[in-house]
Amino acid sequence: MDHLDELKALDSARWRIAVWLTVAMMAVYFGFILLVAYDKPLLTRLVLPGLSLGILFGALVIVAAWGFIWIYVRWANQHYDAKIEALRGRM
Amino acid sequence: MTVAFFFIFIIFSLGITYVAARRTRNAEHFYTAGGRVTGFQNGLALAGDYMSAASFLGIAGLVSLSGFDGLIYSIGFLVGWPVVMFLIAEPLRNLGKYTFADVVAFRLRQAPVRVAASIGSLAVVSFYLIAQMVGAGNLIHLLFDIEYEHAVEIVGFVMLAYVLFGGMMATTWVQIVKAVLLLSGAFLLAMMTLARFGFNPLALFHAASERYGAAVLGPGRLVSNPLDAMSLGLALMLGTAGLPHILMRFYTVPNARTARTSVTYATAFIGFFYLLTFILGFGAMVLVGQPAIRAIDAGGNMAAPLLAQAVGGDAFLGFISAVAFATILAVVAGLTLAGAATLSHDLWVNVVRHGAASDVEQLRVARGSTVLLGALAIGLGIAFKGQNVAYMVGLAFAIAASANFPALVLSIFWRKFTTRAAQMSMLSGTASALILIYLSPTIQVDVLKHASASFPLRNPGLVSIPLSFAVAFFVAVLWPEPEAEARFAEVERKVHFSR
Repeated sequence: MDHLDELKALDSARWRIAVWLTVAMMAVYFGFILLVAYDKPLLTRLVLPGLSLGILFGALVIVAAWGFIWIYVRWANQHYDAKIEALRGRM
Repeated sequence: MTVAFFFIFIIFSLGITYVAARRTRNAEHFYTAGGRVTGFQNGLALAGDYMSAASFLGIAGLVSLSGFDGLIYSIGFLVGWPVVMFLIAEPLRNLGKYTFADVVAFRLRQAPVRVAASIGSLAVVSFYLIAQMVGAGNLIHLLFDIEYEHAVEIVGFVMLAYVLFGGMMATTWVQIVKAVLLLSGAFLLAMMTLARFGFNPLALFHAASERYGAAVLGPGRLVSNPLDAMSLGLALMLGTAGLPHILMRFYTVPNARTARTSVTYATAFIGFFYLLTFILGFGAMVLVGQPAIRAIDAGGNMAAPLLAQAVGGDAFLGFISAVAFATILAVVAGLTLAGAATLSHDLWVNVVRHGAASDVEQLRVARGSTVLLGALAIGLGIAFKGQNVAYMVGLAFAIAASANFPALVLSIFWRKFTTRAAQMSMLSGTASALILIYLSPTIQVDVLKHASASFPLRNPGLVSIPLSFAVAFFVAVLWPEPEAEARFAEVERKVHFSR
């Protein structure tokens, strides 16, 4: 495989990950918003004294945002950067 | 006490500006601080640019008066950051120089794209500035008992000093200092609040539900129409990736990897901050009480300062008030710098002078634009005194998401994108967001006091964002531009190698 094909493969991998993670973030966030809009009683239910499902899910959306970013950064730092550096010398 | 903290901050930040001014010698220093900011520093500065007084005081206030509903806003403001990370940050750093229009115009015809991008950018900056300046005037009036007009002038002149003399370097350091102050102030306040509840947030939430009913822990009246909620959510999520002052920050770091690191830190800090505002809101609800919060400001904006007074006395109130002031000042400085870059780099250098302007001229025009925008900020702040401007932040996000975001993403991703498509998409995004918000209940019912509105959604995002993408798609398919398509190979290379 020559370096142009390698770059093309890396490029599509980069965009595939970017688009899927964006879609995942949107799904989590709009899922939360739709629950807020359509099932208020569910979110008002208490899991523990003081902790409603709504507060729990809300905090989990923030944690999910951190998680998706972590996945992306791990991939980019471990695979993407190394491959780009290797290709840069040959371009 | 408050006044002492307030002067310490002003003197310290002007000291930073003095040092930065001596190092700001050319246009590149002015716009990007020389591109030598580290990922951690830029992460703090991004957080500083983004965490406005509206989120600190506004969301804490909203939570204190309506409980769970405030959380919906904080989450909407946070989820835009992963989008910035995955789609925008690294390509933007590698393809552009000073503004996001550099990226959109990269392989297209400069003048039409730059003019359309400037209209979108200046609209976002102006509406955001109005919201911040009016907020600043009201807040400083409440906190320090200074007259509204004087408060607006003080903010305008101090901010002007930062940007005019210190450029991006001073603005970046003011953002960093502000972010550290805001994060540590909010953390300290949250800890002092939680100390009353055995350091258990659940005990605090439980106390709130004992006193105000279990409903405060669940969704209330804020989201009554699901389409409204989706529309606002979409604008907040995609708008973050289209805010000119946020995008501009990615040029202050040396490469794509540090741009990535910046967003990681920024998202960590901003998420942490929004979790804290939730504790502050419930803390104020329980320890200050809703009637006392409403008595001082009906919108609840004084909830956090009142909580500071309740748990830490007048000294702590002074500290938190100074933090709120620093917050406003820093956000306004960032906006002004982004607006000045649009006027000077996009309009003057690349449209009027066709890219041929000496460095001395660029710096002079950039500083002239800064003065112009500073005057505009003060003028708008005074002109909108006493007006209900709460919708303007939502409008700024809607324009950013409808005008800037689609063109930016398509110019990076889509081979067949054209000059005319970029131009029409940015113009229709700006126009549709403005027209639809004018026809919406936000203006017709809340501001003009009419009984009903002809457009049902309070935020135009759900219509204006898809419209802008659709316009781009149809125009590009109907009027192809072979030169732009041929030059996409350069984008594909530069997006990875930055050369």
